[in-house]
Amino acid sequence: MRNSAWRIGAAVALLATGLAACGGQSSTSSSGGTAAGGDSGIKVGILHSLSGTMAISEVTVRDAELLAIEEINAAGGVLGKKLVPVVEDGASDWPTFAEKATKLIAQDKVATVFGGWTSASRKAMLPVFEKRKALLWYPVQYEGLESSPYIFYTGATTNQQIVPGLDYLKEKGKKKIFLVGSDYVFPRTANKIIKAYAAANGMQVLGEEYTPLGHTEYSTLVNKVVQAKPDAVFNTLNGDSNVAFFKQLKSAGVTAEAMPVMSVSVAEEEVKGIGVDNIAGHLVAWNYYQTTENPANTKFVEAFKAKYGADRVTSDPMEAGYNAVYLWAEAAKKAGSTDVEAVKKAAGGISLDRPEGKVTIDGENQHMYKTARIGVIEPDGQIKEVWNSGSPIKPDPYLKTYPWAGGLA
Amino acid sequence: MTATVRGERDTVGLAPPGPGRPWHARLLGPAAFTAIAVLALVVAPLALEPFRLGLLAKYLCYAIVALGIGLAWGQGGMLTLGQGVFFGLGGYAMGMYLKLHDAGGHLPDFMVWSGVEKLPPLWVPFGNPVFAIAFAVAGPVLLALLLGTLVFRQRVRGAYFAILTQALAAATVILLVGQQGLTGGTNGLTNFFDLFGQDLAADETQRGLYLVVAAVLGLLYLVARQLVRSRFGRLLVAIRDGEDRVRFLGYDPATVKTVTFAVSAGMAGLAGALFVPVVGIISPALLGVVPSLELVVAVAVGGRFSLAGAVLGAVVMGYAKTSFSEQFADGWLYLQGALFILVMTLAPKGLLGLAARARDLLPSRRRA
Repeated sequence: MRNSAWRIGAAVALLATGLAACGGQSSTSSSGGTAAGGDSGIKVGILHSLSGTMAISEVTVRDAELLAIEEINAAGGVLGKKLVPVVEDGASDWPTFAEKATKLIAQDKVATVFGGWTSASRKAMLPVFEKRKALLWYPVQYEGLESSPYIFYTGATTNQQIVPGLDYLKEKGKKKIFLVGSDYVFPRTANKIIKAYAAANGMQVLGEEYTPLGHTEYSTLVNKVVQAKPDAVFNTLNGDSNVAFFKQLKSAGVTAEAMPVMSVSVAEEEVKGIGVDNIAGHLVAWNYYQTTENPANTKFVEAFKAKYGADRVTSDPMEAGYNAVYLWAEAAKKAGSTDVEAVKKAAGGISLDRPEGKVTIDGENQHMYKTARIGVIEPDGQIKEVWNSGSPIKPDPYLKTYPWAGGLA
Repeated sequence: MTATVRGERDTVGLAPPGPGRPWHARLLGPAAFTAIAVLALVVAPLALEPFRLGLLAKYLCYAIVALGIGLAWGQGGMLTLGQGVFFGLGGYAMGMYLKLHDAGGHLPDFMVWSGVEKLPPLWVPFGNPVFAIAFAVAGPVLLALLLGTLVFRQRVRGAYFAILTQALAAATVILLVGQQGLTGGTNGLTNFFDLFGQDLAADETQRGLYLVVAAVLGLLYLVARQLVRSRFGRLLVAIRDGEDRVRFLGYDPATVKTVTFAVSAGMAGLAGALFVPVVGIISPALLGVVPSLELVVAVAVGGRFSLAGAVLGAVVMGYAKTSFSEQFADGWLYLQGALFILVMTLAPKGLLGLAARARDLLPSRRRA
């Protein structure tokens, strides 16, 4: 026992030395990072899941953000300095997102962070950014009802994706809908909004079903849907579950003509995984498709394929991440500084022509004006736009301008 | 002392204080403990940046859980793959208090966006910090007593017990995720501001919390060590190595195992309650099957047959996770897995077992 205690003493002493060494080492490595970008480099954090269940989606956003940084650097950087990305892995684990965000801010002293995908990861990072007064650019459509002064939301909020999706179904005469979603905060909150909308617009919600994230057994659920005979299904399933759900739906003989499924978390990348045979003809709601026509998108798609391979596709969250870097760079240029408060102040009203069309930062809630687009999945795996809102929609995360949403927030 | 005897002693874990050892050898244990205590309580807070100190506090929280696993598994042979459940109970109890305190009479933020209109009755008592902290320990203890009584009386052990605890962890996660209005769902509870009037974001508060965690770990280590060295501890090890023999000798293994399991659950609960203000979040992801397994792996890496090995393993694996993932954001999981495989193949008794073997090779030590 005594000797074992002695051993422990030695081991812990070693460990403490290691820890201290790491502190020293990382400070040298960060100064090394600065040197890599020239003495005048600006460090920016990139924090997505590179491992775990979300990696398949989040890696694509990281790729798009790195592309934007490369392009900005090639064009001379920001305020005469090159951007130096510091990449961390959120590991599909929400507390890890909070830890790595703290590391990027406290140790690497990055000017801003681009990161997150799931709402849970954003909720975990929010207190870190608010308490340390640092900036996060969050690139994915989400459930709304949030507006942190230290987060810029470059994906859609509900009135730019879900509400237009419902408007489209209503316009097509789909009166009875069935809600299917993964069991977490985005689908649950989204469905709450959908039910309020339905009640006010003479639509009927026939059922509401949730399955755990990663669930792949959908025969029971599809039976329920088929028996309820809805005009359409509103799908907020995330990730792998979509593969099983759409396969099951197809084998139950449900066609997109008879019962279209409107999905809000299925983009070009996911269509590849689901198998285009299973999902062709169904609907999706986003703000951007690879097929969206404008010069900025042609340039983005070409540059992305050149850097990462011709078989890669671009999608809405990737484009929103790509935009985030440009919007931040623009705000920093306007502010003449990368200081957080100065950038925040300068950001309001900034308007850029992006692959999705014109994007303008709403200075009040730090969301974007975005054009809503409904698309139908084509047999080649691409998405064809069948409707758009015409002009960018003002972001309204709390749905204050919608009378039916009064009881929600 | 021959090598064989020494080897056996290591399997048993902790030897009784043996006579015939030189006085300086007897002082080594307390001296090492004091040295580590000074290192942890004085040197670390001065030497580490606040962010790193916060991480160390997190590892030490895990070390408290690991200490409990070392007791239940290393000493008692109960492979518990569901310690996350107890950790989570403690964590949620603390999280609920912090949320209610921050909300100051209003509804916590996540209930508002989950469509809850009135504070659920389950939450009401957690507004009281004394109740919340007491529950963080008593809740897991009672649950473990109940579970232990049901399971150990039926002589469920080995793989069946392990599977049962793992299933409990999986079921708990599904339950928590499904009750979004009550538990915050997948997000869990986060965004805390204030602990007993102290700003949780302040460096001083975090340093204070670190000291509390380190002190609690030290105290619990001493308690666990006394427990292991007591008659009860000898009985526990005996049950691990031959449960039926102990029963034939007239002892009741079920009671001993249940009590040990409850102690380890209480430790996990307390660790959870400390973890929440340190890390600032409690979510189902922290108490499911994977984190529960990670802790068992950590105990195996450190050396499950000694309590110090369990603590060491938790700190080493926690540190390895942070450091690997910072250096190699893309492939750190492989490194972590490799570390586990390497330690398990080269040193089945963990890092401390390895250290013991290395020491045996030293001729000067042989004499002792």
